[in-house]
Amino acid sequence: MSNPELIDQLQQRAKAVRRSIIASTTAAGSGHPTSSFSETEILVTLFFHVLRYDPARPDWEARDRFVLSKGHGAPGLYAVLAEAGYFPKEELLTLRKLGSRLQGHPTPECPGVEVSTGALGQGLSFSIGLALAARLKQADWRVYTLLGDGENHEGQVWEAAMTAAKFRLANLTAILDYNHISQSGTLEQIKPIEPIVDKWRSFGWNCLDVDGHNFDELLQAFGAARAFRDGPTMVVARTIKGKGVSFLENAMGWHGKALNQEQAEQAYEELS
Amino acid sequence: MSRYLRPKRDETYATRVAYGEALAELGAVNSRVVVLDADLMGSTRTDVFAAKFPERFFEVGISEADMIGVAAGLAHEGFIPFASSFAIFLTGKTYDQIRQSVSYSMNPVRLVATHAGLQPGPDGATHQGLEDIALMRAMPGITVIAPADAVETRKAVFALADYHKPVYMRLGRSDWPLLLSDDAPFKIGQALALRPGNDLALIAYGQLVSFALDAAERLAEQGIRARVLNMSTIEPMDTEAVERAAVETGALVVAEEHQAHGGLGEAIAAFLAANGPVPVGFVAMPNSFGESGTPHELMQKYGLTSERIERTALETLARKRGG
Repeated sequence: MSNPELIDQLQQRAKAVRRSIIASTTAAGSGHPTSSFSETEILVTLFFHVLRYDPARPDWEARDRFVLSKGHGAPGLYAVLAEAGYFPKEELLTLRKLGSRLQGHPTPECPGVEVSTGALGQGLSFSIGLALAARLKQADWRVYTLLGDGENHEGQVWEAAMTAAKFRLANLTAILDYNHISQSGTLEQIKPIEPIVDKWRSFGWNCLDVDGHNFDELLQAFGAARAFRDGPTMVVARTIKGKGVSFLENAMGWHGKALNQEQAEQAYEELS
Repeated sequence: MSRYLRPKRDETYATRVAYGEALAELGAVNSRVVVLDADLMGSTRTDVFAAKFPERFFEVGISEADMIGVAAGLAHEGFIPFASSFAIFLTGKTYDQIRQSVSYSMNPVRLVATHAGLQPGPDGATHQGLEDIALMRAMPGITVIAPADAVETRKAVFALADYHKPVYMRLGRSDWPLLLSDDAPFKIGQALALRPGNDLALIAYGQLVSFALDAAERLAEQGIRARVLNMSTIEPMDTEAVERAAVETGALVVAEEHQAHGGLGEAIAAFLAANGPVPVGFVAMPNSFGESGTPHELMQKYGLTSERIERTALETLARKRGG
């Protein structure tokens, strides 16, 4: 199954994306680099192997739809969109600045973004609307939605979980970025979400449990999700907040904070 | 008597029933119309559409926030979603979803609430939506509509299909008098003068339009010529009609089945304060919760009656003349 050449390509992309995340958030002086690092392999797998899209035609009807429900992961999404060719990489340095298309949290002004997110809990419901639309149009495009782990505290997520199961939306795949750390502490401290795999299964979802930084496992999971015909799939991706930069990994107190120039230099070295 | 009014107001019809029927008619001519409900289809009357077009009807269960998101997704893909619940739930449980997934994301969802105001009667204050206009008016990008009767409701449903912006439309529960003739035009953003008059103007929306007409008739018997404006679009306000009424009559009464805070009355008062103030009288819920009772009893108790409109008109006229 493993394709060393593809994995190598994806790994290079991931490094470039992490460097862009640091560049944009350090230039902005704020943003969520560590939340973006935990989602990096997930986004890279989607945008550089799984999703069908054309950066020259962001509203191409046949594109697969991607929704970043954890909108604070915007720097990661923008980095991937720039890497994919939706807009020049230099634009990443406008992140969070007045007049920029790269708002602090995603908005449809930015090419490649379908909907505004940031207030948590809403992306999955929106994605269900997309998936139902694809069904009504008898179209074969698919919908992918990335949720945060703390986002599972939002009641709307579970409303949506039941709705997607009711309509047996096999064209909908959700991914859970399970990095265990939210703004004020670990999920275990703030409000435990375990047993999360059992929760999603009991809500009628096909639930897969993978290492969210392992491209092989992610590729397999998305293949399995596509092959599953009976309903929606949730990929619980176990990740590390701040992954890729030693002093950020699993470090507390880094949520929503940018690196200063010196820290950024150190991070670039590790990501070279 | 305006040709836009029926000669008699002796027939009644529920706006929610007109909504359900119009939706089903619209569904037959427009295949992009889809309808969502949160376990109230028999009350909101989306069941009429559901029976005819089950493949375009989405019952999401008792989860209004989720319903808004699903509707936004369908709108994003070019469908024309109508999402319905009671006014209290459709605006109260869903504020952030309407804000982020609908309005800020520019997804033209048609939010249509029934059972607005005191209409849920015996169900009590938990079910009485009396802050919905304030909530929706405060949000950028939402058009707010409240038809005066079933005739206008039907026209509004068809107008919404061609109006590709987020909309909140508020309907009632009970049978209301049929006021408007088939000739009465409906245009989003345009108030309609139902009765001429230059002594003062009575401005209302929803059920209170018929009360305003009743009050105007009694005022006429006292030699007072009251203009009656049906302000069925609350946001964006027909400022031209308001300004004309203020300039030509010099006194206004605004009547609404809604809290005084954040309602049409405040909107008009703010507009006039900046553009030439005249005395304004307000008939609205006195910023309190309702309670159980028949809608009629509640309207009496909280002062949402034609008699109160008439009395407020006389008081406002006295202020105009005293000034």
